[in-house]
Amino acid sequence: MAWTWFHKFGSPPHFYRLAGKLTPWFAWPALLLSLAGLYGGLVSAPMDYQQGEGYRIIYVHVPAAVLSTMAYATMAAAAGVGLIWRMNVAYAVAASCAAIGASFTVVALVTGSLWGRPMWGTYWEWDPRLTSELVLLFLYLGYMGLRAAIEDTARADRASAVLALVGVINLPIIHYSVDWWNSLHQGHTLLKMGKASMPASMLVPLLLMMAGFTLFFAAILLVRARGEVLRRERGTRWVGEVVGEAT
Amino acid sequence: MMHWLSMGGYWPFVWPSYLLTLGVVVLNIFLARRSLREARSDARRRLQMQRSGS
Amino acid sequence: MSKPVSALKAGVLLVRRDLRLALRRPGEWLQPLVFFLVVTTLFPLATNPEMSRLRDMAPAALWVAALLSSLLALELLFREDGQDGTLEQLAVSGLPLSWLLLAKTCVHWLLTGLPLVLVAPLAATALGAPYASIPGVSAVLLLGGVALSLIGAVGAGLTLGLRRGGVLLALLVLPLAVPVLIFGARATALAIALEPTTGPVYLLAAIAVLSATLAPLAAAAAVRISLE
Repeated sequence: MAWTWFHKFGSPPHFYRLAGKLTPWFAWPALLLSLAGLYGGLVSAPMDYQQGEGYRIIYVHVPAAVLSTMAYATMAAAAGVGLIWRMNVAYAVAASCAAIGASFTVVALVTGSLWGRPMWGTYWEWDPRLTSELVLLFLYLGYMGLRAAIEDTARADRASAVLALVGVINLPIIHYSVDWWNSLHQGHTLLKMGKASMPASMLVPLLLMMAGFTLFFAAILLVRARGEVLRRERGTRWVGEVVGEAT
Repeated sequence: MMHWLSMGGYWPFVWPSYLLTLGVVVLNIFLARRSLREARSDARRRLQMQRSGS
Repeated sequence: MSKPVSALKAGVLLVRRDLRLALRRPGEWLQPLVFFLVVTTLFPLATNPEMSRLRDMAPAALWVAALLSSLLALELLFREDGQDGTLEQLAVSGLPLSWLLLAKTCVHWLLTGLPLVLVAPLAATALGAPYASIPGVSAVLLLGGVALSLIGAVGAGLTLGLRRGGVLLALLVLPLAVPVLIFGARATALAIALEPTTGPVYLLAAIAVLSATLAPLAAAAAVRISLE
């Protein structure tokens, strides 16, 4: 029962159609949640006792950082599925994650840097979390570079999949580095056992932004993956049918 | 209002952060949609060539 | 028809063959070593050569030089065998490819990593490290070099036969090598300051062991993909 769903999803024409239908269901809620989060974060959340209004960078920095790691996890998972089940759609999804993930890794690094300067006096520290986030950016660039350097799509898919999977080890390092080492970064704010150490008025906009960014990622991924699938299935009949009819 | 705009003095850090994020969001939307659009028109062109040619 | 060779025996044969071939072309294999020495001497030339300041730079200089030398050396790992079809023979031989690649990586380390360890006393002293720190510095470079060779093998497998693969190889290997760099440099700094190095050294050793078990598997997968 689950297998038929799985194989259906892996079939390019089904994926193309399903992704097209799902996109608005991710895109519009993403917009609404992000707008609500923005209002909450910029306007209604109170000033912080220690950091004044400057802490509000958190409302873009944390969602961007979460997106950067989520995109990589998705990329690695899709690549793994592609390797194991030889599924073209999975490879298309993996390839589509890279640019999104890389761009938001840059956002996380830059916003983190801008937050760090007034608060802790420095634009950059070679502390474990910042360094592993930078490593994440290099992993994305390596993935995209490897894909670009290999002409044969199938070989590019498989080689970049191996790379993506090897790089997964970076994700727990990013997450747990604040536990393992004394670092400039604050410890886990949200995931501590029991109550979060942030008041609700500050926490809710952050959760809204994180949810909004997650849905945004899904929407963009679906759009890109559809294009990728079309390119890969060039010349097949279903593509002809789909583009022959009016959009 | 001035206090909000100046973000209590942190405006050179807060507003560029938000603007960068907004820029990257918009860029992603634009590039993704363009990628799909070009894939579609590319496929359409091939279809026409197939039909008119050979 | 001779009886099939065991994996262990095949590994030993491969090691002997690789060593024999490499020693026919010593110039090629000396290049990474020379590069290492050049880079470590460039650091004091480029900056203030005062001994005390030099000592502060020594861990960074040693490790950047070791990393770059290792990247240079990785070109040699699979190139010849990839070009003349030996890798393909190994891949279809029915023997575990990861084991064979581990054997090749061992030889590679012996020829490119071990020389750095042997030369380390010279380089470290030139950079102001006290004599008492030499054993520690050498041990750290040994562990780190092993890890770098193993991790690099994965990158070399992925970029096999690609044009301008060298630059891409560096891009692929560097993020994976960052933990080695960080712990290696920290351990070296502690050694030079004559303080106990247990923490970072254990982590470095753990990375080396982890690489020895996992990297050959990934490298074998990468090589198979590149050969198709």
